[in-house]
Amino acid sequence: MLHPTLTPKRHTSERAIRYLRLTVAVLATAHFGFAQDAPLLSGGVGFLSNTNGGNTTYTPIIEPLIAASIGNHLMVESRAAILENFSPRFGSDPGYDHAHFAGFTYLQGDIIVNPHITIVAGDYLLPFNVYNERLSPIWIGNFQSGPLIASVGQFSVGSGLGGMIRGNAISRSKYSVDYSYFYSVRSSNQQFGGAHGNGGRVSLYLPDQRLEVGVSYDRILQGTHENFYGTHVWWEPKDTAFRLRSEFARGHHGQGYWVEADYRTQAFGGLDSAIGRIEPVFRIQQTFTRDNLAASDSLPSVNTQRADFGLDYNLPHNTRILTSYFRQYASTDNFNIWQTGIVYRFLFPAWKGKQP
Amino acid sequence: MNLKYFCPAILILASVSALTVAAQQSSTPTAAPAKTSATHEQAAQSQDEGQRVFEQQCSRCHTAPNGFSSRISGTVLRHMRVRANLSKHEEEALLRFFNP
Repeated sequence: MLHPTLTPKRHTSERAIRYLRLTVAVLATAHFGFAQDAPLLSGGVGFLSNTNGGNTTYTPIIEPLIAASIGNHLMVESRAAILENFSPRFGSDPGYDHAHFAGFTYLQGDIIVNPHITIVAGDYLLPFNVYNERLSPIWIGNFQSGPLIASVGQFSVGSGLGGMIRGNAISRSKYSVDYSYFYSVRSSNQQFGGAHGNGGRVSLYLPDQRLEVGVSYDRILQGTHENFYGTHVWWEPKDTAFRLRSEFARGHHGQGYWVEADYRTQAFGGLDSAIGRIEPVFRIQQTFTRDNLAASDSLPSVNTQRADFGLDYNLPHNTRILTSYFRQYASTDNFNIWQTGIVYRFLFPAWKGKQP
Repeated sequence: MNLKYFCPAILILASVSALTVAAQQSSTPTAAPAKTSATHEQAAQSQDEGQRVFEQQCSRCHTAPNGFSSRISGTVLRHMRVRANLSKHEEEALLRFFNP
């Protein structure tokens, strides 16, 4: 997934690789005493294309994720994104230009204090609404492009640097409540940037209804102090492969929402049949400006509507083909974008551990 | 101890241990059939509970991966416990689900 606003940590590949080596070295020296707790290497590798006005750009991308448990209460995990973007030259110049990007998405340590409290320290994804934390990995999202409002409440970088406390506050058979609260400090480090601010999210989940409702709030505490508000509603009816997910976000200068529905039929031999692997996806989104001042988020500068139509195919062996078309309407311009891609999700032990 | 006696002693000890473990394993099904049946029932309940948690919690965001090594199942669940704010009970149910 390409998130120009969410993962803009500048491409200092050498520094990123140095940090990655350091992370691996730290993990390699740790003691992993439990047979099911071997460090894992996961992530997604994909090849994406994006066509706008007859110009097609190609993006090979890999998003590796490494996670290692250290003892019973500690975990270190990190995700990065490495991509190369090939875009056609304009004018009569033939050929393609290319640019690369390599950067950490997050690098955090998790301390599980008790069943209800986990402390997170380091560079972490901001828990404002849920798209950033849950749907942004390329092997999860149904569309290549994130929603227009994905940048609202994300402090321009999508991650915070500091601490977070989170966990499952109440877990009953009829409902559960979870929470996250973070405090981030200002950092201009190219890999681990952050803005001074705080905020959090509270969600209620009703398992019988398969309904999740949550509210988010955060406040940036540097420059012009601004508040951001968000809410999300997810519904996945029982015994179906239908999902309805939505978010609303409101910032100082603009607001917007998205609603996404996807479905896989089980009527023709189940989800693993040739028909059951087809996944139609639809997303509608709108953004509205609240003033004409320079925005601290990346929302369009005029009111915008967009409809995304997707058709994904879930191949065996954790591979997905993503295709989509969207048309965006705004007073400044209307345009279409076609996107296709193939994504493979991998998940295996980072190195040989003990057999359980 | 003289090395000449040490190696045979270790071999004898290992053989006795292996025979004891094998005897215990082979005797368990015939010695306590009622207990085995109850254990199977508990295992089935654990599977159902794990599947329920998977459908409720994990499927909200992603489909099930096509299998993964049991060596990383604990790490996967700890990662998801933090990411998805799972409860301890849900983590344990999923761990039994992935390692029946």
